[in-house]
Amino acid sequence: DTSLAEVNSFSPSVPISPSSMINQYKFEDGPELRDLFITVDDPESHITAIETFITYRVVTKTTRGEFDSSEYEVRRRYQDFLWLKSKLEEAHPTLIIPPLPEKFIMKGMVERFSDEFIETRRKALHKFLNRIADHPTLTFNEDFKIFLTAQAWELSSHKKQGPGLLSRMGQTVRAVASSVRGAVKNRPEMFTEMNNYMETFSQKINLLDKIAHRIYKEERDYLNEMKEYGPIHTLWSASEEDIAESLKGIASCIERCCKATEKRMAGLSEHLLPILHEYVLYSEILMGVLKRRDQIQGELDSKVDTLANKKPEKDLFSEEIGKLEDKVERANNALKADWDRWKQNMQWDMRSSFTNVAENNLRYYEE
Amino acid sequence: MEDCLAKKMEITVSEAEKRTGRNAMNIQETYTAYLIETRAVESQSEGQCAPVDSLWRRYSEFELLRNYLSVTYPHIVVPPLPEKRADFVWHKLSADNMDPDFVERRRIGLENFLLRVASHPVLCQDKIFYAFLTQEGGWKEMVNETGFQLKADSRLKALNATFRVKNPDKRFTELKHYSDELQSVISHLLRVRARVADRLYGVYKVHGNYGRVFSEWSAIEKEMGDGLQSAGHHMDVYAASIDDILEEEEHYADQLKEYLFYAEALRAVCRKHELMQYDLEMAAQDLTSKKQQCEELATGTVRTFSLKGMTSKLFGQETPEQREAKVKVLEEQIQEGEEQLKSKNLEGRDFVKSAWADIERFKEQKNHDLKEALISYAVMQISMCKKGIQVWTNAKECFSKM
Repeated sequence: DTSLAEVNSFSPSVPISPSSMINQYKFEDGPELRDLFITVDDPESHITAIETFITYRVVTKTTRGEFDSSEYEVRRRYQDFLWLKSKLEEAHPTLIIPPLPEKFIMKGMVERFSDEFIETRRKALHKFLNRIADHPTLTFNEDFKIFLTAQAWELSSHKKQGPGLLSRMGQTVRAVASSVRGAVKNRPEMFTEMNNYMETFSQKINLLDKIAHRIYKEERDYLNEMKEYGPIHTLWSASEEDIAESLKGIASCIERCCKATEKRMAGLSEHLLPILHEYVLYSEILMGVLKRRDQIQGELDSKVDTLANKKPEKDLFSEEIGKLEDKVERANNALKADWDRWKQNMQWDMRSSFTNVAENNLRYYEE
Repeated sequence: MEDCLAKKMEITVSEAEKRTGRNAMNIQETYTAYLIETRAVESQSEGQCAPVDSLWRRYSEFELLRNYLSVTYPHIVVPPLPEKRADFVWHKLSADNMDPDFVERRRIGLENFLLRVASHPVLCQDKIFYAFLTQEGGWKEMVNETGFQLKADSRLKALNATFRVKNPDKRFTELKHYSDELQSVISHLLRVRARVADRLYGVYKVHGNYGRVFSEWSAIEKEMGDGLQSAGHHMDVYAASIDDILEEEEHYADQLKEYLFYAEALRAVCRKHELMQYDLEMAAQDLTSKKQQCEELATGTVRTFSLKGMTSKLFGQETPEQREAKVKVLEEQIQEGEEQLKSKNLEGRDFVKSAWADIERFKEQKNHDLKEALISYAVMQISMCKKGIQVWTNAKECFSKM
């Protein structure tokens, strides 16, 4: 796999280990090949004078040498996950960082601290960490390691260390300055394609998300009507003699249909809806990644332009340029490799969710 | 059943046609006319078919026929007509009387009505019915000449009027109760069924959106493209399949509706009996009071308080001649009354006997028909599920190839 070799040669911080190469593939196959196992569970609520929040237990088991111990158990809250994500984005602006569950659910279906909400969030956080663990580059990120291993007070002190808010703001300002128009100039064909693809994909995945929710709603309405439909037959059978048995039979069949419908709905909400939602988030993430890549390229291009006008300081600049070019290329390659991985994963995800839906429907009809 | 008309004659309502004409108030109106075709059933040995006779009738004529039958045979549970206006429709079906689907279902309903009447042992022998099927012109006049409208008891039209019957026949009371329950449960069922159909329609149709989006999405995919495209096609098939499924279900709904209206007919018989019983009791009461009056006048004793008694006390008694005249009148009335009572009693017993025979026949028919309807409904559901299984198996295959 040539793309992988490129990634490794341009990212000197990545130790080339056989296991990390194999880690490229989806974590579902071959747990024996993994060397980092993470679970997120046991939500607990904490009430302080200022606020109420939930912490989750994060358990890590590993055989890697760079970890001091082989097992860790820490408690983390949602804020900590947010911090991790932003650190990863900072360190690897052109890698695809997995999506985090959203802060609030806008749909208003679920209360902020309801069991359903907490469980959905927990599952998503679990997926988030595992996806990072599976990523050939991100898995060795230092902040990630700290996140998994540090005790609560260690983590807060570490958090305060990193480049502060101001420098991050500075980056953003610079990014805005090198406006999008300028960045698009020398964009390699491949990334234009990606951009176009992402635009369409994003549109389609949003539509699918809406459609799936709509189907869920329609099924629920159907279920409600069916729940009323069955008992009428039972009521009727009370005034009949000859056909009473048939009527009762129909009533019980309708009840079974109701149960099957409930199962079908559960299948949707557990499998398809979350995945579609993740990929909606992913499409946003990917658009962001492509933009950042463009920005980096923009920096390179503007530097090249200034160089063209300042011949005497050529030597000074050439090193800088070289670095920037490297950076861009690294970013590009990382992105591309990631992209391919991501697509494969996405395909697999989609395939399994829709197959799951199909299976559920089958089961429904068979019942 | 050996003699019934249905065995001797093939009856179909084969067509429906929109017509415009002028009604009784000379206002132009649009209505639908139905073509009734009849053909004598010959023995098949000759292999020849008798010629087909046909005539056109409109719904109001069917109504007239039914009213005539109801009045003329009060002890019979007369088959109902299909509904006048579309009720219990779910949103996709229109409630418009001119809608072709509605007209078609009504055509089938009218044919069913004629077949029911033709296979009824008593009703099929009625001449007016026969004329309805065979005589185009002058039928209306013929019906009106029977004067059946005079026989129709207007009291029956008052739906909520109750007649306080002192000795109600328990069987009829139970039957009336049953017909009320049947009516309420079937109408409830039909209402909910319509809502279920509506929701099911929604579920299926939204899946059609999948088809569209999958197809659009497949355009930008390489490896997933084919799988998506074909899966999308299956989603479209799935979404489209609901139309046929629900149309078939309408047929089931119509079968239930027939019995909803039959319940009304059943109730009508019970009410007629109730009325009869009431009249009987009134007549008996009247007779008793007249007898009492007679006795009082004859013996001069006033047993019960009466206004007449008071006035005679106040204004003086009547002369013996007057009294005798009164007694004579009363005696005549009593004679008449006793005869009337006798015949009413006889009538009542006859009514009960023949009504009950027809009710038994009706019960058997109802049980048989409803059982078959329920079975066919179950079969429909199974076939719907089988179709679903097929579509999703195909879709699953497509998905797994993505």
